This record gives sequence, structure tokens and C-alpha cells, in this order.
Amino acid sequence: MKTKNFGRFALIPYAIWIVLFVIAPLLLIAYNSFLDIEGNFTLLNYAKLFSPVYMKMMFNSFLYASIVTAVSLLVGYPVAYLLSRTKHKRLWLVLMILPSWINLLLKTYAFLGILGTEGPVNAFLEAIGIGGQQLLFNDFSFIFVSTYIFIPFMILPIFNAIEKINPSLIYASRDLGASNITTFQRVIFPLTKDGIQSGFQLVFIPTLSLFMITRLIAGNRVITLGTAIEQHFLVTQDWGMGSAIAVVLIIAMAIVMYATRKIMK
Amino acid sequence: MKNLVRALVAIIITCALLIFSIDYLNKAEGYSSDNTLTIFNWGDYIDPDLIDQFEDETGIKVIYQTFDSNEAMMTKIEQGGTTYDIAVPSDYTIAKMIDEDLLLPIDYSKVVGMENIDKRFLDIEFDPNNEYSIPYFWGTVGIVYNPDLLGDMEITSWNDLWNPELENQIFLADGAREVVGMALNSLGFSLNSIDSAELAATSGKLQSLMPNVKAIVGDEIKMLLANEEAALGLVWSGDAAEIMYENEALTYVIPEEGTNLWSDNLVIPKTAKNIDAAYEFINFMLRPEVAAQNADYVGYSTPNAAAMELMDEEVIADERFYPGPDITDELEFYTNIGKANLAKYNDIFLEFKMSGQ
Repeated sequence: MKTKNFGRFALIPYAIWIVLFVIAPLLLIAYNSFLDIEGNFTLLNYAKLFSPVYMKMMFNSFLYASIVTAVSLLVGYPVAYLLSRTKHKRLWLVLMILPSWINLLLKTYAFLGILGTEGPVNAFLEAIGIGGQQLLFNDFSFIFVSTYIFIPFMILPIFNAIEKINPSLIYASRDLGASNITTFQRVIFPLTKDGIQSGFQLVFIPTLSLFMITRLIAGNRVITLGTAIEQHFLVTQDWGMGSAIAVVLIIAMAIVMYATRKIMK
Repeated sequence: MKNLVRALVAIIITCALLIFSIDYLNKAEGYSSDNTLTIFNWGDYIDPDLIDQFEDETGIKVIYQTFDSNEAMMTKIEQGGTTYDIAVPSDYTIAKMIDEDLLLPIDYSKVVGMENIDKRFLDIEFDPNNEYSIPYFWGTVGIVYNPDLLGDMEITSWNDLWNPELENQIFLADGAREVVGMALNSLGFSLNSIDSAELAATSGKLQSLMPNVKAIVGDEIKMLLANEEAALGLVWSGDAAEIMYENEALTYVIPEEGTNLWSDNLVIPKTAKNIDAAYEFINFMLRPEVAAQNADYVGYSTPNAAAMELMDEEVIADERFYPGPDITDELEFYTNIGKANLAKYNDIFLEFKMSGQ
């Protein structure tokens, strides 16, 4: 009885938090999305989202988010797997995660120097005879830097999933005559699906709404929905349009979450 | 669980202690609303030595806060809860702030030194008779370029940017009015045009520039140009001065088709707490020797004619940053074109950006 009451009591701060910082802002965004710049009710913001400019932007956002997630998975999975097989795995893991402790903006700025015309990467390319390349302000640099920033969020859940696998399952698979490949296909991979799912969501969804990197690294040559929201709130002050994009983005994210759960099951 | 509670308590106690010590320190230093002056200005837009000098002379403590865009500054003042005694918005933002009733009129009986200001920067459309604002710095929008990277090519006009030889050589500042204004000017239209036929033509012209554009960037444009990542950039004259200070190979030109003339101005927001101190600060900044020292530090052009006489002759004679009336008379200030028209400019700018993808 007593613990039950305490339980209810303990929920109050949580409930207040959820209402103030999750539900209220969402409602405000939804409300704002029906207002035009003069503050009148309108559906035009949503209609505008179906114009070629915004459709293209939406398509681009999903395309880039998919590429970044795919690259993160392709690179991250083997890394997580090998990591779980190394001797000092905790140390390696910390080294992998360390960059994510550094401020995003600082890391991004560092890439401006690294990938610049006079940067070390170009110096290297020139030294081995390939010659200088334009590395900044294109699709490649955007995908590369975004992947670099988000890859720890892919590695970590997969690593945890692999760590949780009971080694005797793998021994059993070997005892029963399965090859390494079959063991991976039939035992390890299915057991790490949860990790892949979390990794997918942790990378795909933030990439979808990425801004700042689109300007700093891609020089506005990649424009995602996140960039458009930032512009509408801070520069054009068309909060209605920004909110409408945000609402669509939230719905898209919910669909992605739901779909990944369905597919992974 | 126990550890968690302990950690939480420790954090709360630390916060409480910090709050108390800030309060104590503020009192010990003599901060309170009657002898502090809160200034809301662009980053690195005043010589810090002048703030010290002002504090020594008047005994007023200065709290200096910064913003990085007119819009952000205005939003903050609009939302209230701020106590800025002085803010430094640009021309068209002042018009908006007057419309929204965010500013206090200037009481000229308390202002000393207005006669020092060059008449060219007074009584402009955004604030007739300077009822609300006093010029602080001014400049133009133009092209900064690196002759070393361009061979013999000479850049004198906006239309030079459309030269096919300049493929992938231009950085643009990320501002709708600046970029659309450039295209409007290149076609001979006013950069405040709200004519839909003119704007449609401008949109087309702008999109044809895309092959030459390397990137559309923010403040980092200064670093990128100084590092010679590309040969040309559309920038504000003050940024150009900074870039040229970093890398002497670059030069700046005011395009011959005309461009934007802008000014940043001192204003007193409605929410000001210490209005007397605000006037003391305005009078301080109007002094010729103070304005000269400030212009020397910041590198932007001062509207204070009396200050110019005290400055390095070479600086003042530089037509790139101190163009004479024959040039400035041909240039245009941005006018407040209204939200709906501004939205059109933003749409053109967005379509332009998307055309590069």
C-alpha cells in the first residue's frame, strides 16, 4: 500500500516534465503550423509542402539519411563485431565513443580545416600523386562528416547486443557443424537485430533533421528538412511554415520507428 | 539509488551556492540596475578598452551581451524579460522595431555630439529625423576577390560574377536580401523591388549563377576566403576589411551597378532599465576620439565625420571602405518591404539554393 502511494507520488515530476516539455511543445508546433506569417488561420503551409521545391527537399532528406545510415551500418557492424573479439574491448570502445564527447560544432569546424584546399587530406593526395581535389561543399563531404558524427550511435547498441550473446550458443552452433558464415547468419545476426534497430533509429532520425552541417560542410548544396526548419524560425521568421515542416517530419519519424520495428520483428 | 540521490543533492547544493555567490559578487562589484548599463551588440563590435574607459569615467558597470543576427536580437527584445539599455540593430530592423513599438524615442536635449555625424547617414527612410536611432557604423555589400587566383581578370560589377570562367569560384553570404539584392542590382532593378515581374526575372538570373557558386555559407566565409578556398565572395564591407587584414592578397570592390548601403545604429529598447546611463553611453560613443579609436579597432566605417579627421589618412582615403558621396548617393538602403514580400525574397533564395542540388 505504502509503496504504491509512493510510486504514484514519484510519478508526479515525471508527468509534469512530460506535459511541459514534450506534450505542450508538440501542441504548440501543431497549432503554429496552421498560422500564416500574419497570424491568420491557414492550410497553405501544408499545401506549400507539396510544391516541387519542398518535395525535392523531402526526397533529398530521406535519401541522404538513408545513405548515412547505410554507411554507418556497413562500417559500424564489422567494427562492433571485431571490437567484441579484441582483448581490451572496453578501452577500444571508449576510444570509439570519445569523439562524441566533443561538441558537434567544434568537430564540424575541424573538418573545414582537414578537408580544405590547403588541408592535410589534400596535401596527402598531392603527395601520392592523385593531386588536389575539392573535398568540401559536395555530397561526399556531407555524407562523410555526418557518418563520422553518427557512427558511434550505431556501433554502441550493436556492440552491446553482440556482448549479450551467450557464447555457448555459438559453441553449440559450431558443435552442430555450422560454418562461420552459417553461425553468423543463423545465430549472431538474428540475436543482434535489436541492436541494429536501435542503431538505425539513433542514426536515421537525427540525420533526417540535420542542419548546420548542411551549411558548414556542404555549403548549402545539401538542404534537408532540418535546414529549412532552422531557416524558417531564425531567418525568415515564418514560424507557421517551419512548424508545418516539423509536423511532417515528426510524422515521418514515427512511421520510420514503427516500420523498423515491424520489419525487424 | 542511494548514490543517485546523493549525486542529485550534491548538484542542487552546488547550483544554490553558485547562485548565491553570483549574487554576492554582483553586489560586491556594485552591480544593480541603477548603476549598470546592459548593451546588446554584435560580437566583437566595440573596442573593449573603450568599455573600461567608460566604466572608469562614469562609474557605471557595463554588461556586454552579443547577438549574431538582427532577427535573433529582435526576437529576444520582443519576447520581453530582457533589460537591454542599448541595442545595435541594422537599418531595416529599426523600421520593423519602430512598427512593433519596441523602441524609445531619443530625447535630443540629452544628446551631445550629434553634429559630429555625417549628414549622409541621418534622416534616412528607415527612421525619419532619427527619432529612434543614432548611427554607429556603416558599410556596403560588395565583392571581395583574390587577383592572384584570377589572373588578369578585373572585377568591377555584379555581372562579372556570371562570367563562365569563374566556375565554382564564388562564396555567397547566407542572406536572402543580400543575394537576391545582388541579382536585382545586376539587372538594374532596385534592391527593394516588390514588382513580381522583376522578381521573376531575378529568380531566373540568380539560378543561372549556380554553376559559379562554390558554397553559400555563414560567418565562416571570412576564414574560407582568407584561406583561398575560392577566389571571390559576396560579403559586407566590414567582413571584407577583416578578410583583407588576414590575407593581403585580397581586395574589395563596390559593384558599379550599385549595391546596398547599410548602417548599424544605437537604439534604446522600450525595456531599458537605466535610460540615463544609455544617454551617457550614446554621448560617449559620439565623441570624435572615442569613435575614431572604435573604428580603428573594429575596422568598419564610422559615420562620425569629426572622428575621421583624427584617423589615419590612408584609411580615410580608401574609397573601397570610405566611398565619397558621389558613390554612396547611388546606393540604396534596405527598406522594410513587409513580411509578405520578405517571404517572396526568401522563397526565391530557397529555390536558388535548391537549384544547385
